[in-house]
Amino acid sequence: MASTIRVRASSNGDITEVQALIQHPMDSGFVKNAKGETIPPHFIQQLTFEHDGKNVFAADWGGGISKDPYVKFAFKGAKKGDELKISWVDNKGATDTTTAKIQ
Amino acid sequence: MTDVKYSATRRLILQGAGAVALVGLGNLPFGLTPALAAANDKYPEEAFKQKSDTDVIKTLYGKTAEPSDKVKMDAPEIAENGAVVPISVSTTLADVTSVAFLVSENPNVLIAKYNIPAGTLPSVANRIKMAKTSNVTVLVEAGGKLYSASKEVKVTVGGCGG
Repeated sequence: MASTIRVRASSNGDITEVQALIQHPMDSGFVKNAKGETIPPHFIQQLTFEHDGKNVFAADWGGGISKDPYVKFAFKGAKKGDELKISWVDNKGATDTTTAKIQ
Repeated sequence: MTDVKYSATRRLILQGAGAVALVGLGNLPFGLTPALAAANDKYPEEAFKQKSDTDVIKTLYGKTAEPSDKVKMDAPEIAENGAVVPISVSTTLADVTSVAFLVSENPNVLIAKYNIPAGTLPSVANRIKMAKTSNVTVLVEAGGKLYSASKEVKVTVGGCGG
């Protein structure tokens, strides 16, 4: 299966800017469907970014994050060609992981 | 016959490799757990259930936040679609360890908390859901203290259904 995670990481030599877009319904548990039934909560709870075995960014998310979440941050200490490892886990225990090369 | 022999040898080698891999994997958690646990804070389940800014701040940080003009929040005045409201924060404060986003009028106030290790810039952008017009607050934890910035965002179409 294709990865649910799309990442763009680019370095200007000093700072690496990271943008990630993840495919996920991010159902909060407060929304009803057309039949008036509550859609059960289903959202990513934790998202982590690792560089060189070290955590560079970690998100704790609730159901208030938009569907197909987007996040952007920047960090120091990486160079072009380095790998970034991205993983998430949702409230149902599903996970996905991918790696991206810093450009 | 050679085929069989070949595959038997191959199988042995593969089994060996598999065993090594398994042993390797078995060892990993012991070495990795403390490091991961330190970097990867436990998911703050309770904080995400709170219904007011005050309770979120108390549950998440156990201290009070002080408004600061060094916390810069970028949010729209009016969000046409409450399902996708782009909000970002940056700060000139030093030693930032975490950033959190709160929407006062949402059923669950806490939207997200980001842990910022040393070397990561205190600047985060994300997209959040807003049920209706509400105050949006960003918390920045820096040098053991808690700072905040708030702004009202008007929502024309709510993003939490109902």
